[in-house]
Amino acid sequence: MFKRENLPAEASIFAVFVGIAVLFEVLGWLFIGKSFLGNVQRLEIIILQVSIFGIIAVGVTQVIITSGIDLSGGAVLALSAMVAASFAQSVDAFAPIFPQFLGLPIIIPIAVGLAVGAACGWINGSITAYTGIPPFIATLGMLVTARAVAVIYTEGQPVYSLSDSFTVIGSGAWPVLVFFVVAVIFHLVLKHTVYGKHTYAIGSNEKAARVAGINVRRHKIMVYTIAGSLSGLAGVVMCARATIAQSGMGTMYELDAISAVVIGGTSLFGGRGRISGTVIGVCILGVITSGFTFLRIDFYYQEIVKGMIIVGAVMLDQRRQAKQRSRA
Amino acid sequence: MNNQDDIILRTDNLTKRYGGVHALEEANFTLKKGEHVAIVGDNGAGKSTFVRQITGVEQPTSGDIFFEGKRVEFNSPLEAREAGIESVFQDLALCNDLDVPSNLFLGREELLFKFGPFSILDEKKMMRKAKEVLERTAIKIPNLSNHVGDMSGGQRQCVAISRSASFASKLIIMDEPTAALGVQETTQVENIIRGLKDQGVPLILISHNLRQVFNLVDKIWVFRRGRIVGEVIASETDGNEIVSMITGMQGGVHEKASYI
Repeated sequence: MFKRENLPAEASIFAVFVGIAVLFEVLGWLFIGKSFLGNVQRLEIIILQVSIFGIIAVGVTQVIITSGIDLSGGAVLALSAMVAASFAQSVDAFAPIFPQFLGLPIIIPIAVGLAVGAACGWINGSITAYTGIPPFIATLGMLVTARAVAVIYTEGQPVYSLSDSFTVIGSGAWPVLVFFVVAVIFHLVLKHTVYGKHTYAIGSNEKAARVAGINVRRHKIMVYTIAGSLSGLAGVVMCARATIAQSGMGTMYELDAISAVVIGGTSLFGGRGRISGTVIGVCILGVITSGFTFLRIDFYYQEIVKGMIIVGAVMLDQRRQAKQRSRA
Repeated sequence: MNNQDDIILRTDNLTKRYGGVHALEEANFTLKKGEHVAIVGDNGAGKSTFVRQITGVEQPTSGDIFFEGKRVEFNSPLEAREAGIESVFQDLALCNDLDVPSNLFLGREELLFKFGPFSILDEKKMMRKAKEVLERTAIKIPNLSNHVGDMSGGQRQCVAISRSASFASKLIIMDEPTAALGVQETTQVENIIRGLKDQGVPLILISHNLRQVFNLVDKIWVFRRGRIVGEVIASETDGNEIVSMITGMQGGVHEKASYI
């Protein structure tokens, strides 16, 4: 017999995921006489839709493990997408942003998008580490600012006519592949490297981490910079997929990302959490969105259910924490 | 006069002020090699402040610290640790969400492959070393890969002490190591301390428990209101003398005053 404690933490989250999927399958047959899971195209759409905010969620997981928070993901995505796209316009673009920079090799817009994201993350991290302003406020400031800069950058105009070589990275299964690779890399990094160990240590007991000789400030800045870079990467992939960049892109993605992280079992108190859980959390959100659309239930009801799930996940986490405190 | 070669740690006029608060005033302290001493004093006497200066957690306002005959300035706890000064803090300073090896090796992980912050950890080696270290302390921790937060106070304290005792340290400082422990756990911790004495590792013990102090150390340093007011050989004094030095009340101590 296996005991529940011996199972990995992800097992229960995965069970929830399977349960939700099966529930939609049953409801589908009952109410509209169709299979939910039987439609391969639908499953593809689910995974494509979640990949973009999934990339953000990988960064947000790390930030939350340090007991921080990053609210700026969606806005940083938009700003990175706008700037990256402005370096990715094709030679025949109509009214290009930079007429002197057309038809550049795709590595340049990608690098620019990542750099913009990294810069935003570095600012988030530095403010948090050096001023004592809570990360909630620092990244809220970034959310507002980055979105505004994205608008100002082209005076509100979208950036289109992106070169074909650039839009490839958003086509087909590419976004899924990028999400998957990023998730695997950071799962391993968190588990097996000094960076990962120190990320958990800081979230678990920042003072102990400092006493143990970890440069907590530098480490936090690194974590926020990585999270920013991943938002930048999400922006690059998203505008490549849409073949256009708009300043309103990725609105509310930060909340989807945070929800996925919390649903995936990462503790908002810090010190606990895994990317594998986040990936399942991302899939749960995707299935819920898709399932509700499939059942033709109004968007706002979806949001209500999502809201309840997030609150429920945090309540479970609080109970777990209280249990641990009572034991210690 | 002490022979300079025998002295592992010395402070000259060590002073720490927080704004207008004189937390530590001109502390002149010496510790010989292999010596176990206690620092006693009332709350706010400057004991922890003193320790924070010599462990690099804070930097003194003025005065000098000499370690192994050389003048040192520790800008961080890491620098003090690298010099060989290990400390067990009052609040343990463990990460509850990490397992035993991760806590023991926090900040000085064993590596398989070096690549800056993304160096790969040698988890097997850390686990093996952690087992060795804990075996020496005779503390039973059933599963070292459990989170430290799930363990008892005694087990946690032993992890904290093992951490400082296990890294070829030249000096160990313990701040109230048994304050939160039961009788059996206290005995185990005291045994670890006696083991350090046998190994010749010098120790500074901060404790309110005078009976424990008399049982464990060679010399007692008494702090009062940020100053060192006494330096006495443990075998040449008694509890009442120490209590009057701690409180500053001469002869006002009842012969049966409780001082533990």
